[in-house]
Amino acid sequence: MSTFWSLWIIVLTLACLALVIWVLFANRKVAVRDDQDPENRTTGHVYDGIEEYDNPLPRWWFNMFIATLIFGAIWLLLYPGLGSWKGLLGWTSVGELKADQEKALASYEQSYGVFNQMSVEELIDNPKAMKMGARLFANNCAVCHGADAGGNFGFPDLSDGDWLYGGKPEQIRDSITNGRNGAMPPWGAILGEAKVAQVADYVLSLSGAEHDAASAADGASVFAQNCAACHGADGKGMHALGAPNLTDDIWLYDGSREGIMHSVRNGRANQMPAQKDLLREDKIHVLTAYVYSLSQE
Amino acid sequence: MKNHDIVEKNIGLLVLLTVFAISFGALVEIVPQFYLKETTEPVEGLKPLSAVELEGRDIYIREGCHVCHTQMVRPLRAEVERYGHYSVAGESVYEHPFLWGSKRTGPDLARVGGRYSDTWHKAHLYNPRNVVPESNMPEFPWLFDAVLDGEHTGAKMKALRSVGVPYTDDDIAGAQAAVKGTTEIDALVAYLQQLGTLLTHKR
Repeated sequence: MSTFWSLWIIVLTLACLALVIWVLFANRKVAVRDDQDPENRTTGHVYDGIEEYDNPLPRWWFNMFIATLIFGAIWLLLYPGLGSWKGLLGWTSVGELKADQEKALASYEQSYGVFNQMSVEELIDNPKAMKMGARLFANNCAVCHGADAGGNFGFPDLSDGDWLYGGKPEQIRDSITNGRNGAMPPWGAILGEAKVAQVADYVLSLSGAEHDAASAADGASVFAQNCAACHGADGKGMHALGAPNLTDDIWLYDGSREGIMHSVRNGRANQMPAQKDLLREDKIHVLTAYVYSLSQE
Repeated sequence: MKNHDIVEKNIGLLVLLTVFAISFGALVEIVPQFYLKETTEPVEGLKPLSAVELEGRDIYIREGCHVCHTQMVRPLRAEVERYGHYSVAGESVYEHPFLWGSKRTGPDLARVGGRYSDTWHKAHLYNPRNVVPESNMPEFPWLFDAVLDGEHTGAKMKALRSVGVPYTDDDIAGAQAAVKGTTEIDALVAYLQQLGTLLTHKR
């Protein structure tokens, strides 16, 4: 704050206080009032024959006003308020926040500090860590993956042991920390509608679902040429690319023939937001363990 | 007080003195903020909203999002723990009007950018209960059908420039082309995804 604005605030604030004090004292005593003289007991105003007593300010009200003035003066001394004056207590809202955060961090040492020394495999047998992990999950993950981690259309189920990017602790940690970007290109324009239908039948056949056998046989070569690069020759997917396993009858999107055709035709793009700028590493560690535990029954 | 009569019997003087008495608060609390570095200088990296994001912001206002969602993380531990870095004035210097809000029915959105995927936002805005079963937020399915023509986007940018948002002539000239054909949902999600991404705080 520049000196000018600092002085501006100080001068106006003090002037306002002075003005209030002046108004208070100027009105405290009634100059014309004289209880002994019946002529002088009123203000002299007459409205429709109604007169107004000219009484002094009530003492309790006057004293309370003085008390608020004293309170204000002490406040302005102790806390920042008068321009650049920092106040005798040196209080700032950010300072208070920092103090609160440090206090909280110190208490976290009892829990996160201990868990940091433990591996993910050890943590899943620690009830306290799992309870904290469940809370972290509810606060940060459940809006997409569901409160039971059961997933949703387009949001993976984390409890079923089927992983797009791998289910080892380090892979889970990587997914949480750096996020994931899944992209399946649209094939509709490249393959044409007939081949899209054939490959959908072939994909259905991979998980043993009901399908048109003749169409699926034609789809096998389409799959080998176009889809196997990511989903693997056997359709079992690839963790490095996040390409789903197509043989396990677990579907991130619609697993019906129509739904698969839609995915093939239009492609799918999906994103897991990176948490590295949002959550501290010790929280991600506990969260990793919790997510890992969900499929380790 | 002897001279009270004078004030009581002159309405003009009474008005003048009343204004004088109540002007102190504004002069001390508001006027200096127009000139302080903290309130007039943008935080590092702050850019004016792009044409599409600007339209998204107007949809945000039109649908009344700001009535239930604040955009103001206060410097309190509980808030910083939940939402991220507290809001600073320098983030809002290009906001006309600001959307800080005063009531939270839903969560604060000041730092919602990057928290969820675009897909999630779309699923959520189409019907919040599809992804958050206990949500009581209204549905906004019409955003998926409505397409923007961008007819007034340039004019909006010009108006904002007149109050200090540094849009260039190129920004204004290209606004309609950038916006035309965008669905309202895409514009709104683009706006949401950039909210509060300049300041980070690990919670």
